[in-house]
Amino acid sequence: MYEADLRATAGRTMAGRVGAGANTRLPELYRTMRRIRTFEERVGELFVRGQSAGSMLHLSIGEESAAAGVCAHLRDGDSFTTHHRGHGIFLARGADPARMMAEIGGKEAGYCHGKGGSMHIADMGLGHLGANAIVGGGIPAVVGAGLSARHHKTGAVSVAFFGDGATGQGILYESMNMAALWGLPCVFVCINNQYGMGTNIAQATANPNLHERAAAFGLAAETVDGLDVEAVAEAAERLVEGARAGKPAFLAVSCYRFYGHARKDKSPYRDPVEEEAGRRQDPVAFARAALIDRGLESESELDRLDGEIGAEMDATIDFTVAQTEPPLASMFRDVYAPEEPEPEPVRARIDRVLARD
Amino acid sequence: MALQELTYRDALRKALADAMTENPDVVILGEEVGRYGGAYGVTKDLIKEFGAERVIDTPISEPAIVGAAVGAAMTGLRPVAELMYVDFIGMTMDQLANQAAKIRYMFGGQIGVPMVLRTQGGTGRSAGAQHSQSLEAYVMHTPGLRLAMPATVADAYHLLRMALTKPDPVVFIEHKALYTMKETVDLDAEPLAWGKAAVRREGRDLVIVTYSRQLHYCLEAARQLSARGVEATVIDIRTLNPLDFDTIRAHVERTGRAMVVSEGVMTAGVAAELSARITEECFDFLEDPVVRVAGEDIPISVSTALEAGSVPGPQLIADTALRMLAGRVPA
Ligand SMILES: Cc1ncc(C[n+]2csc(CCOP(=O)(O)OP(=O)(O)O)c2C)c(N)n1
Ligand SMILES: [Mg+2]
Repeated sequence: MYEADLRATAGRTMAGRVGAGANTRLPELYRTMRRIRTFEERVGELFVRGQSAGSMLHLSIGEESAAAGVCAHLRDGDSFTTHHRGHGIFLARGADPARMMAEIGGKEAGYCHGKGGSMHIADMGLGHLGANAIVGGGIPAVVGAGLSARHHKTGAVSVAFFGDGATGQGILYESMNMAALWGLPCVFVCINNQYGMGTNIAQATANPNLHERAAAFGLAAETVDGLDVEAVAEAAERLVEGARAGKPAFLAVSCYRFYGHARKDKSPYRDPVEEEAGRRQDPVAFARAALIDRGLESESELDRLDGEIGAEMDATIDFTVAQTEPPLASMFRDVYAPEEPEPEPVRARIDRVLARD
Repeated sequence: MALQELTYRDALRKALADAMTENPDVVILGEEVGRYGGAYGVTKDLIKEFGAERVIDTPISEPAIVGAAVGAAMTGLRPVAELMYVDFIGMTMDQLANQAAKIRYMFGGQIGVPMVLRTQGGTGRSAGAQHSQSLEAYVMHTPGLRLAMPATVADAYHLLRMALTKPDPVVFIEHKALYTMKETVDLDAEPLAWGKAAVRREGRDLVIVTYSRQLHYCLEAARQLSARGVEATVIDIRTLNPLDFDTIRAHVERTGRAMVVSEGVMTAGVAAELSARITEECFDFLEDPVVRVAGEDIPISVSTALEAGSVPGPQLIADTALRMLAGRVPA
C-alpha cells in the first residue's frame, strides 16, 4: 500500500507550481516546518542528555506538513486537540518552544508546570485543548467545542489531530457521526504516518482509504499527500472554511514516521529499504527545493534561516536545563479549582491517625 | 529441582509459552503482542513459536479486544487479552464489568467467561497521568472478576499459569517497574496455592499487608525497622480476589498492629477495603488504629520528583511503623 504511494509521488516535480509564486505562502509554511523539525531534533537531544522526563517522547519528524498546512488556516479563537505526537502542531499554532521544551523536561517553567510532559502539553490561550496519551482520547472534545462555537456564534472551528492508529477507536466514528448529524464546525485530521507503534496501517485495517469512512458519515473527506505542504494547505483551506460554514470535514495526510515510535524504539519491525524510501518523502526538503526552484528564496537565504532556527531551538535546551523541578508541594495543586481545598497529603492523614498526647 | 535466574518479564513469557504448549486453545490478543513482542517485551517471539493465529495483533480498539476475548472464552477458546496499560481499562469497563463479570450470573450459571486480561500499571517511568495509575480498585470493586497482582518472579509465572486454569475472568495486573527484576527460582517447586497470601517475612511487632511492587518497599522498610529493633511481618496478598483474609487475621491477632500499603490512591482504594476489614474483624486484638500508607489522592505527574513523591516508598513505610510503635522501641 505504502509502496504504491511512493511510486505515485516519486516522479513528481514542482513544475506544476512554477510561476504560482507571487502570493504563495510557501516561505511561511517552510519556516514553520523547519522550526518543527529542528525543535523535534532538539527533543531527541534533550533525551540523550538525560534531561527529559522519561523516554515517552514521540517526534513528528516527517509529518511537519500536516501541522503547518492545517494550522495555516486556523485563527484566533479556533481550538484543537492533539494526540501524543503533537509537538509540531502546537508549535505551528504559535507555542513558545522554550516553555514546550521545559515541559518535556518536566520542569516548573513548562506549559503545565511539569505535570503533563510531552504527551500532555496544552495552552488554552492558544486554543490548545490538550495533547493526549490515550489514543483517540482527544477526538470527541472537538464535537463539544463545535457545540460551543455554534451556541456562542463565534465562527470558530475545532480541529482534532490524531494518528492512523486512532482510526481503530470507536470514539472517532461516534464523534464524526455527531459532527455530521449536527453540522458542527469540526475538522478531523488524521496524520497517517503508516504506523501505530510497530503496526503498519495495512496490518490494522482491511480498507486503508480512511477518508471513505468519513464520507460514509456525511463529512467532506479527502486524503492528501503530506510530501507537499502546499497541497495540504490547499485541502485544509477548503475543509476548514467548509467546516466554519457548517460542513464538518475529515482530512487524511499521508506521510511517513521517520524514526521510532518513541525514543527507545529503533523500529526493528521495519524494512530498511522501506525506511529509506519513507525518509525520502521529506516535506521539509521538498518545500526547500521548491522555494529555490521557483526563485522564491536562495539557498543562502534558507541556510541563514535554518541557522537562526537552529540557534532559537538550541536555546530551548539551555533554558530547560537551567530550570528547576516543580516544588514537591505543587503536586497537590490543581487537582481541583484553586479556590477549593487541596487534597490532604497522606503524611498529614497518618500524622492525625497516630497523634498521641 | 532446576534453579534458574529469570526476570519477571521472562517468567511471564514462560508462563504464556508453557500454557500455549499445553493447551492449544490458549490464544493471545492485543496491541503489539505479536510482531513487536509486546510494549514491555512480555510476548517477545511467541508469534514465531505459535503463529499469528494464536498470537493476534489487533488494531488499537481496546473495548473490542476485551469484548472479543469474552466471546472467545464463551465459545471454547482460552483467551489472554492484553491491555498495554491498565490506564486504558476505563475504555473497556463495559466489556469487563457489565459483560465478562456478569455473564455467568445473569444467565443463571449456564456459562462462564474463562479469560485472562493481562495488563500493567504503576509509576516509575515518567509516563505521566494517563500511563502510571494503579487502578486495581476498579477491578476489586466489581463482583465476578478475579484479580491477581504478582510481586515476585515466581508468582509472575505461577499466578499467570493458575489464572489460565480458572473458570472465571481474571484480571492480571503486572507492575511496569518490576519487569527487569531478577530472581533465582525453581519453577518446579510446588507453588503456593491460588488465593493464598504469602508471608514474606515474620516479626512480632506489626503486620504490613501489601502486594505488587510495594512488597519490595515494605521488605526494605522491614530491614530498616529491624535495625531499629522493630520486627515486622510482611504479607503479600498476591490475589486480591480471592482474598486470603485468614492469613491476615491470624497475624494481626498475633501482633496487634496492622499497616496496609498500596500504590493506588488512598481514598476508596484497596488499602481502604483491607483496613476496614481488619478493623471490623480483628477489632478486639488491635492496639492501634489500622494505618493506611497509600498513593496520594492526586493524578501522577510526569516530573520525576512529583511522580516519586506521589506514592509510598520505604522511608514513609518505616517512619509510619516506628511511630506506631513509639514508646515501645528505644529511640
Ligand atoms: C487507548 C490507547 N491504546 C494504546 C495506547 C498505546 N499507544 C500509544 S501510541 C500508539 C500508537 C498510535 O498510533 P497512531 O495513532 O498512528 O499515532 P502515531 O504514534 O503514529 O503518531 C499506541 C498503541 C495508548 N496510548 N492509548
Ligand atoms: Mg501512526
